[in-house]
Amino acid sequence: MATVKDFRNDVRPNWCPGCGDFAVQASIQRALAAMGKEPHEVAVISGIGCSGRISGYINTYGFHGVHGRALPAAQGVKLANRNLTVIAAGGDGDGFGIGLNHFMHAVRRNMDITYIVMDNQIYGLTKGQHSPTSAKGFTAKTTPEGNIENALVPSQIALAAGIGFLAQGFSSDVNQLVSLIQQAIEYRGFALINVFSPCVTYNKINTYDFFREHITNLDQVEGYDPTDRAQAMKTVIETNGLCTGLIYRDDSRVPYEDQIPGFQQTPIYQADLRLDPAVFDTFVKEFA
Amino acid sequence: MLEQLSWKVGGQQGEGVESTGETFAVALNRQGYYVYSFRHFSSRIKGGHSNDKVRVSLKQYRAITDHTDVLLAFDQESIDLNVKEVREGGIVIADEKFNPKAPDHVRLFVVPLTKIAEECGSAIMKNMVSLGASACVLGLPISIFAEVVEERFRRKGQKIVDQNMLAIQRGFEYVKELGGALPEFALKPADGTRRLFMMGNDAIALGAVAAGARVMPAYPITPASDVMESLIRKFPKVGGVVVQTEDEIAAINMAIGAAYGGARAMTATSGPGLSLMMEAIGLAGMTETPVVIVDTQRGGPSTGLPTKQEQSDLFAALFGTHGEIPKIVLNPATTEECFYIMGDAFNLAEKYQCPVIVMTDLQLSLSKQTTDPLDLGRVEIDRGYLASESDLVPTPQTEEFKRYKVTETGISPRVFPGTKGGIHKVTGVEHLESGRPNETSPNRKVQMEKRMRKLRGVELPGSVVRTGDADAEVVIVGLGSNIGAIAEAVERLRADGLKVGHAHVHAILPFPKGQLEAAIDGAKKVVVVENNATGQLRHLMAHFGVQHDGIDSLLKYDGQPFLPSEIYQHVKGMF
Repeated sequence: MATVKDFRNDVRPNWCPGCGDFAVQASIQRALAAMGKEPHEVAVISGIGCSGRISGYINTYGFHGVHGRALPAAQGVKLANRNLTVIAAGGDGDGFGIGLNHFMHAVRRNMDITYIVMDNQIYGLTKGQHSPTSAKGFTAKTTPEGNIENALVPSQIALAAGIGFLAQGFSSDVNQLVSLIQQAIEYRGFALINVFSPCVTYNKINTYDFFREHITNLDQVEGYDPTDRAQAMKTVIETNGLCTGLIYRDDSRVPYEDQIPGFQQTPIYQADLRLDPAVFDTFVKEFA
Repeated sequence: MLEQLSWKVGGQQGEGVESTGETFAVALNRQGYYVYSFRHFSSRIKGGHSNDKVRVSLKQYRAITDHTDVLLAFDQESIDLNVKEVREGGIVIADEKFNPKAPDHVRLFVVPLTKIAEECGSAIMKNMVSLGASACVLGLPISIFAEVVEERFRRKGQKIVDQNMLAIQRGFEYVKELGGALPEFALKPADGTRRLFMMGNDAIALGAVAAGARVMPAYPITPASDVMESLIRKFPKVGGVVVQTEDEIAAINMAIGAAYGGARAMTATSGPGLSLMMEAIGLAGMTETPVVIVDTQRGGPSTGLPTKQEQSDLFAALFGTHGEIPKIVLNPATTEECFYIMGDAFNLAEKYQCPVIVMTDLQLSLSKQTTDPLDLGRVEIDRGYLASESDLVPTPQTEEFKRYKVTETGISPRVFPGTKGGIHKVTGVEHLESGRPNETSPNRKVQMEKRMRKLRGVELPGSVVRTGDADAEVVIVGLGSNIGAIAEAVERLRADGLKVGHAHVHAILPFPKGQLEAAIDGAKKVVVVENNATGQLRHLMAHFGVQHDGIDSLLKYDGQPFLPSEIYQHVKGMF
């Protein structure tokens, strides 16, 4: 059986020392090993940005596509091979800026994939511009006098879009994050884990200390019921999205791939592609 | 008696013009006639003039004619807009309801289409009355419509079927009483062979499913939507899936993901969608992911002419992506070719591990035409260089599988996620053989040359098909649906005793320089016929170094397809 070691490779991440993404990388590796997955059974599909490099840093199949399109690519992979564990990953700019459209529709479509966003409220790779999750008043290279736009709150958007599994983690709490990733992968449907993953180089506001101070950990909130959507929405509004743990989970959803008419259990990539001549004849008859 | 007929029905969009034309065309196709239809329509659901022109003949033509023999008009506007093309002594059948007026050069039959329809059960059946009226003029028995009417209205019950047939009969009888059964308009009988009748988009969908396409993410757009609509009905029988995505960017990226995952994946779009897909097409080239993109060209730029004919995406297909990638661009010309080319497209995509664009144009995609039998046996599935057991890395894998291994051909082994011993990385960043990102200059050169080597020096067989006189003085070069109009012009020019050839281009990338040079060799003059304003194909010939002193263009960019007479006149003037 594969161990955590088997999910590591010898590539040195190009992340800055102290970057929150290291913890996300380690958590994915630990979660996969804990679940008894083999490296070849997993594909990590990522977008562009510092965090988008993560698909290269885990010893599984990895696809690093274009900016903002990790989710469409990940959904395509899942359609070709429904047996594969598909993890999409990227940053807040990738997922909630350029790729927000795809996020909303991936939620709506509900394929069985896990989406891990490393949310650092800044564009790091391009060296410090504000991001869609930067708070109002946030100063960055592109907001020298303070951000005049409102921040997008991913958890609120996800719930509003009708997500079936929503969790948030924090790079300082690896144990919680490992557990959330495991639950998300086990969940049959689209799952989002938005991780507060501080950028130590360009974001001097949303630091590790900032999150320690402001986060409500739902694991420690007595009586919090993650199956109650109204309570979940109330919570992400009241905390302005600054909460961690399992926020919402609905196990009654049926994943997209289970609803496609005529879709086979045998993954497409293994199917015999030759068309049965009798079936072809029925297709052609329409035009006779 | 007529050996061929041009029949046209016109009215307001949404009042049954399309179904009238369709019923007429299908009925005649089933009699063994060759039928070619072309719809003139607008980008709106109701209202605005639309018409459907149907050409019926004893031999195959794939072009509309400039003249019309019989015009069926549901409103005065249809007469006003179309009567000019009705030939001297031609027929106009019009609804009494709008008190139709027509010029003297035509014979006008005023028929109470709506009134008769109401008497038969519903005003909606005026199109059926008009079909009966047409049948009378053309000397056709109304029984030819029975099967189509039955199929169309069976769901609604026998009563509706009977009412519709009665409407056809009443229309027939009314015109007969007016003396409309004209021997000179009687169509020569056909041989009764039942052939297929479909549009290019139907053939593309059939070809795709036959070629093993199983994942098709797409976003609706005219004139491509029929491809996804057709596949969504077929895929449940073969375990495939169509996803209507949120946009074209999602569509192409999802298709690339599916192709990487091991499926044969495709999408279909038109100009605006193709523009949106450009970045991802570059990704497919860089990651060597085989994906097929169908571009059904329409009038551009921007929203342009969404329902009109144009061939102006050639440059976009070849040069639209930033950076440099190997790519293949195929240009089918007929419905049969649309079918077979999808198999070629997937085989080429997987052989060369690159994106393949299949370009049609609106006329080819949407014109329903008599189609030869489609042979599934001719469709082969060749998935290219897939890693064998011995190529795979022993597990537990301590090093990556060399997905981008540098080989002599530039083609490297492919392996699908889920395979033991095949773990590797894929990235749009420049990378090593393992797929790991690497931006060093020596590696950049090695990998860039490896990719570009795949298609260097390649000319796909059959990229240019040369017909007509071998010793032609003038060679006409064309592509796409213009094949029919050019062929017909060539036929007339040769009948005039002129030496004319036709070189039709069926692939523009890799550009068939050698084949084109051979096709125009010896000709004094060459004219490139294309539906765009700048002569894109002609520019490509120059760009890729096709040598000839006498190359000229015949261009049409008003949204309408070429008429055979336009090409005939132009080329005649070149002698």
